[in-house]
Amino acid sequence: MYKGGRIIAGLLLFACLALMPFLINIGKAAAKPSPQVNTPFIQQLTTQTCVESAAFMKTEHMQLLNQWRDAALRDGKTVYVNSQGQSFPISLENSCLKCHSNPQQFCNTCHTYAAVKPYCWDCHNQGGTRQ
Amino acid sequence: MSVTRRRFLKLGLTTLAGIGGAMALDGFWRGSAEASEVLTDQKALKAKHWAMVIDSDRLKSAENVQRMIDACHRTHNVPDFGNSKDEIKWMGTETYEHAFPGQENGYLNEGIKEKLFPVLCNHCENPACVRVCPTQATFKRPDGIVAMDYHRCIGCRFCMAACAFGARSFNFRDPRPFIKQVNPDFPTRTKGVVEKCNFCVERLEKGLPPACVEASNGALIFGDLDDPNSEVRQVLATHYSIRRKPELGTEPSVYYLIGGGEEHA
Ligand code: SF4
Ligand code: SF4
Repeated sequence: MYKGGRIIAGLLLFACLALMPFLINIGKAAAKPSPQVNTPFIQQLTTQTCVESAAFMKTEHMQLLNQWRDAALRDGKTVYVNSQGQSFPISLENSCLKCHSNPQQFCNTCHTYAAVKPYCWDCHNQGGTRQ
Repeated sequence: MSVTRRRFLKLGLTTLAGIGGAMALDGFWRGSAEASEVLTDQKALKAKHWAMVIDSDRLKSAENVQRMIDACHRTHNVPDFGNSKDEIKWMGTETYEHAFPGQENGYLNEGIKEKLFPVLCNHCENPACVRVCPTQATFKRPDGIVAMDYHRCIGCRFCMAACAFGARSFNFRDPRPFIKQVNPDFPTRTKGVVEKCNFCVERLEKGLPPACVEASNGALIFGDLDDPNSEVRQVLATHYSIRRKPELGTEPSVYYLIGGGEEHA
């Protein structure tokens, strides 16, 4: 092979560089996120459930938030009746954040873990008037 | 018996289609919580066509108008940058000449010539801003309110070019540090979106009149233009009224009572 040594050295160097992130992080698994739900408001609730089941909220909260946004903004529907028949105001400030008054310890833990950067807080205020 | 090539391909494709279909259906069903629904708040004020009448005779001084502007801007977290280049306004003021161009003349009575008229989004029946918005961030609701979904606004400012009333402002900078006192119940905006008056849709939904109407001491009248018994219709039926730039055909829903001096009912 013409200049075989250099080619192989080059390939090795490339492989090292490409694998660097994996090599460096070997054995250092990022801690599993543990979102905190023990805010004062949640502690006062008799039944500590979200607007839907925790399993549903874990996988579908983004779709639900999209539905809420369109219902409230476009159709003027501001009340959400869940599968149990309970109703909640459709509002980030006055529903979600009333309980989850700790978005840093709640929302951000998983989003940071998944390298997702939500920009909700650019506009939405954390914690409306408690109603 | 061996599997023929043809049979193998058929089986393989059917299996793949089955898996794909099941995944698509699964995603579809999980998109919404079963048996949930969204409703309108029972307290909400409803109309077929919200409209406003501004009785300029009742706005005796600039302070009267400023009080309404302050009420609006406080309610909606409108920032004050302190310079006119970056200025954001939901309600502003204009002289007669600028608010109603083409209707001025050299011999206007002093009162009208000097007066500052409140101006805001007209919630046009035929809104130019809605026609040009490429993302439907600006849209017209069935109740006549021209609303905005700031999540969708890409900041192209086509709407600002299309609106002939200067009703829209652009956030050139992050507005948050320039809001004196944040109203925690209403969101702020972010850098890069357009904003404007929303006819206080968030208050109407809770059964409250718009903030400026509340602060106007009766100078602003708000109601359903499609209801012949509404106060706006009665005032319009008994007083001479004008609208801004009617020749453009956008059909503003904000009416102005000018002169005459007599008070409405
Ligand atoms: S006044 Fe301007 S912003 Fe308001 S609805 Fe009419 S065209 Fe759109
Ligand atoms: S600036 Fe925003 S609201 Fe205006 S036309 Fe563009 S996307 Fe639509």
